[in-house]
Amino acid sequence: MACYPTRLKTRQTYSWVGKPSLDQKLRYYTYKEMSVKMEGDLTEIHIQVGQFVLIEGDDDENPYVAKLVELFEDDSELHSKKRARVQWFIRFCEVPASKRHLLGREPAAQEIFWYDYPACNSNISAETIIDHVQVVALGPDEVIPVDVRNEETLFVKLSWNEKTFRPLSPELFAEFDRPQESSPRCQKPVGAKTKGLGSPSSTTAEHAIKRIESRHSTSKFRQTPSHLVTPKAKKRLELGGFPRTPSTRISQQNSGALLDSPRRSKRKVAFSEITSPTKRSQPDGLHTSSPALKALQKTGEIQSSCAADDKKASPNCHRILRTRVPALKTAEISEERRLTPTRGGESSAVPSVVLKPDSIKKREAEEPEAPEETTSTPHRIRRKSSVLTLNRIRQQLRFLGNSKSDHEEEEFLPAAEISDSGSEEEETPTPTLSRRTSSQVSKDPCSSMKSSLQTPSKTPKKTLKPATPRHATPQIRSRNQAAQEPASMLEEARLRLHVSAVPESLPCREQEFQNIYNFVESKLLDRTGGCMYISGVPGTGKTATVHEVIRCLQQAAQANDLPPFQYIEVNGMKLTEPHQVYVQILQKLTGQKATANHAAELLAKRFLTRRSSQESTVLLVDELDLLWTQKQDVLYNLFDWPTHREARLVVLTIANTMDLPERIMMNRVSSRLGLTRMSFQPYTHSQLQQILTCRLKHVKAFEDDAIQLVARKVAALSGDARRCLDICRRATEICEFSCQKPDSPGLVTVTHLLQAVDEMFSSSYITAIKNSSVLEQSFLRAILAEFRRSGLEEATFQQVYTQHVALCRMEGLPYPTMSETMAVCSHLGSCRLLLVEPSRNDLLLRVRLNVSQDDVLYALRE
Amino acid sequence: HLIELLKRTAIHGESNSVLIIGPRGSGKTTLINHALKELMEVEEVSENILQVHLNGLLQINDKIALKEITRQLNLENVVGDKVFGSFAENLSFLLEALKKGDRSSSCPVIFILDEFDLFAHHKNQTLLYNLFDISQSAQTPLAVIGLTCRLDILELLEKRVKSRFSHRQIHLMNSFGFPQYLKIFKEQLSLPAEFPDKIFTERWNENVQGLTEDRSVREVLQKHFNVNKNLRSLHMLLMLALNRVTSSHPFMTAADLMEANQLCSMDSKANIVHGLSVLEICLIIAMKHLNDIYEEEPFNFQMVYNEFQKFVQRKAHSVYNFEKPVVMKAFEHLQQLELIRPVERTSVNTQREYQLMKLLLDNTQIMNALQKYPNCPTDVRQWATSSLSWL
Repeated sequence: MACYPTRLKTRQTYSWVGKPSLDQKLRYYTYKEMSVKMEGDLTEIHIQVGQFVLIEGDDDENPYVAKLVELFEDDSELHSKKRARVQWFIRFCEVPASKRHLLGREPAAQEIFWYDYPACNSNISAETIIDHVQVVALGPDEVIPVDVRNEETLFVKLSWNEKTFRPLSPELFAEFDRPQESSPRCQKPVGAKTKGLGSPSSTTAEHAIKRIESRHSTSKFRQTPSHLVTPKAKKRLELGGFPRTPSTRISQQNSGALLDSPRRSKRKVAFSEITSPTKRSQPDGLHTSSPALKALQKTGEIQSSCAADDKKASPNCHRILRTRVPALKTAEISEERRLTPTRGGESSAVPSVVLKPDSIKKREAEEPEAPEETTSTPHRIRRKSSVLTLNRIRQQLRFLGNSKSDHEEEEFLPAAEISDSGSEEEETPTPTLSRRTSSQVSKDPCSSMKSSLQTPSKTPKKTLKPATPRHATPQIRSRNQAAQEPASMLEEARLRLHVSAVPESLPCREQEFQNIYNFVESKLLDRTGGCMYISGVPGTGKTATVHEVIRCLQQAAQANDLPPFQYIEVNGMKLTEPHQVYVQILQKLTGQKATANHAAELLAKRFLTRRSSQESTVLLVDELDLLWTQKQDVLYNLFDWPTHREARLVVLTIANTMDLPERIMMNRVSSRLGLTRMSFQPYTHSQLQQILTCRLKHVKAFEDDAIQLVARKVAALSGDARRCLDICRRATEICEFSCQKPDSPGLVTVTHLLQAVDEMFSSSYITAIKNSSVLEQSFLRAILAEFRRSGLEEATFQQVYTQHVALCRMEGLPYPTMSETMAVCSHLGSCRLLLVEPSRNDLLLRVRLNVSQDDVLYALRE
Repeated sequence: HLIELLKRTAIHGESNSVLIIGPRGSGKTTLINHALKELMEVEEVSENILQVHLNGLLQINDKIALKEITRQLNLENVVGDKVFGSFAENLSFLLEALKKGDRSSSCPVIFILDEFDLFAHHKNQTLLYNLFDISQSAQTPLAVIGLTCRLDILELLEKRVKSRFSHRQIHLMNSFGFPQYLKIFKEQLSLPAEFPDKIFTERWNENVQGLTEDRSVREVLQKHFNVNKNLRSLHMLLMLALNRVTSSHPFMTAADLMEANQLCSMDSKANIVHGLSVLEICLIIAMKHLNDIYEEEPFNFQMVYNEFQKFVQRKAHSVYNFEKPVVMKAFEHLQQLELIRPVERTSVNTQREYQLMKLLLDNTQIMNALQKYPNCPTDVRQWATSSLSWL
């Protein structure tokens, strides 16, 4: 195997070459070429779309191999804006060990496999590309050259779809030919940069199974039409439904002896190109592998042998190939759409055949030859014929690749619709199949879409990926007019006082800042993990301080004083459910999307398994208390990960309550949290004063006394800096309002501030009572009287009502009816001056005061 | 004040949050609508601003609220065919959308949360937290305006949500006195000058002027004002009165108003009592006596029946002695009218005769109703005034 020496910290600069072409639909620029410049090395490597590239991965010895399908720029990605879309190849060592036996032979040293696995993430950062490499496609019986001319050359023979090895389809071959012709401009082995990027090929197989199954069914569907033409083949079809059972193999061979087989497979030549890119003959070594493999292989062989005989089938074949090749070349989705109808056009060949009895006859006449051959010496003939067809197909492809095919495509468009309906009608005979097929037919556009997605550039995953720029665009539309700049001194001050304004420094939190900074820095330097718990009442600058710390650390990391690290922030309040935290972390870490459970598994895997190179991660969890669950598994995991050495995870948690670990956490959780705690004390008045002066450094808008006053007021109440800033902001407004007279100085004075403070802190109850109607006031009075009479703080409505009536009589008010009084009572209740039960209880309704009795008395005195 | 605030959000891109507190019918919504209307007249604002109206009664949880926000912000078309998935996805999507912007570039959004107190009951107050958090950070400029009638709204907010709220409150009270009330009454009734029939307008307005000076009208209004300062209830009263105006009776009179007032202030329960049969009245009287004797203790049917029997035995000549099932039926009818109500903790398996009940009528109500009751036998009336009258 080629060895790519590891070079740490080699800076490579990546830049686009050539003009970008704007993709209208996806809103990003696509490029044709990219150049990589090495630091300290003057040669540039140019990488073009369509070339084969090496991509850095976990294993330094064997970087990933892939074919570049598209280069584009994506603003939505966090790490790198230059993105590339690739078709992966897989090395034998990357195949899961449990599946390796499926190959049935020893792999050659330079052999790689076409990774035919749609669920694999093929959108990578362009900056992980190391170099290009030469990949040569080999026919099934070509021996991999042992005398390797160049270590950079790799060979492809089979494709691997997580389940089986299959031979490469002719289209793929055609593709390989092309890039080889355009030889790479520069070939210089480059050291692999070791930078951990999530290994893209290691996505789990959940999706894959489904997809493959669906593909199986599509291919089944494609086979069915042939049986309509020849009812004899029905048996075969049924067998085709269960290609896994060993009996299939035998019966397949038996049916292979049947006379109808060639005709069936004739049609299949046409269809097989659609269904999967794998129907190609295989080397002998594979014959002993799994029965499933064999069944597939065999049909492929028969088919191809028939293609050799049958001239009729070839035009069909031409068309498919023709339409496919351009589609593959340009990896545009629009192309894909055009592909779908033409694809449908292929199946339209079936009804058309039905209508032409003479053509069937012709074929029947030809039939005897092929089956005779196959039955007598199946193996040899098969091989021979496969070689023949292979060559022929290759020739055709070469030829067709050059010619324009737009005409045929358009001709086929109308036929597509007919074919869909036609095949649907005719597929009734076999119940099991018709069920399957009809469901397939009904979804036909989408299924054919799917099968088209098997082509290198377009897995369903990827159709999501291109959507990311679309997904990122949700944005409040930008304003039509620019925001006005603050005009006066007061406005400037108000701007600076807004909580959102980020100050240059955080005064009064130097000590805390230093502590957190030291903690995180030491963990980063030691390459270990750790937890820290930060508590404090709201508005004491916890989050701001941590942000500041992270900012400083990031600066330090950029200056190479610290190892680089990844920073992730989650907020418990911004999650709908505690388990969503996994999803958020995973998404911010790798950009993947997963369900909560799946994300938890992935994260655990990521943090608990040892990887050769990995940068540390700093995770900030705000509003920790909301992540509490009954089982506390979220908290447990969050604090458990850092304890593993490999994780290199530093967790900073923020919450309001100081004793949160003791109060709500189980022992095993709080013990993992450790003892690194810090509590932010509420600001004192001098600190608040300092903060305000710091914010208003260059703006002379406040009197010094005024600042002191507000600082003292707030410190006495809560020490909440946010409140402090809000009061000041309000004061500037009041000042501005009152300063419309020209003679005033335009400074915020103590009186303005006092007014603002009053506005914010004054209790509204008294004014509310003062402004209530006469009856409401007398009702409150009646309540007070009733309380005094009974000595309790609670009374039923009936009791209050009698008091109320008496009061009204005393004051000369008209007699209040029950309904009126009830309305009054509920009105007071809605303002929460009274606490009342739901009115269902009617007379027995219990009433309490929500205000102190003194307040009511005070309010009623006037 | 509110307009100033909104203007600043719209023009300077400053984020703000404010609560408008006031009792029902004090014109909170009118105020905000007026402010927005005025704001929209300024040209540079109107093409610049996005509004989101939410109502706590409609958006009963954050999930629905989020969907509504996306709809009102027209973010749907951005999302395109992407199926809106889980609640979590929605939230992150919207947050991302709102985070994207910054002070100067993105369009300010005005959130109007009607029935703000109901939003505070949502789980974790996630929506409020996020809205206030955005308004407190350098993201898309937001103006969050909450409308509520609860004076204790701030106590409903969690402390971290509270800390992020700017503590601006605008209190709206019906602080006007009676002279202003009269003026409003006059303004509401007067026809505008644009009314097509000029002569009628003149005469109508004269009539209204006359009405405001009429003593009885003033009395009615004063009474209404005492009960409720709410303008909406005034509208209700006027509506009732105006319904009597026809082509043959073209002008509103003081009598109309009086009648309307009577309709408004009628005691609903007394009306029900008027429609009861003599037997049912007797039962209610029996219950009243029981209440007097046992001091508000709950009673059951058997006790009421016994009391009734005692009365009937004394005055057999005036009241027909009903059979027990008939009395039972009457009793059940009273229960259906919710004039009596079973005590809460009664077990289901007690016999109907012994189920404990409570009377939901006050003594004074009963007496008042009896006085107006047509064709009430004098014996019954006497019995009602004193439980000992049969002696």
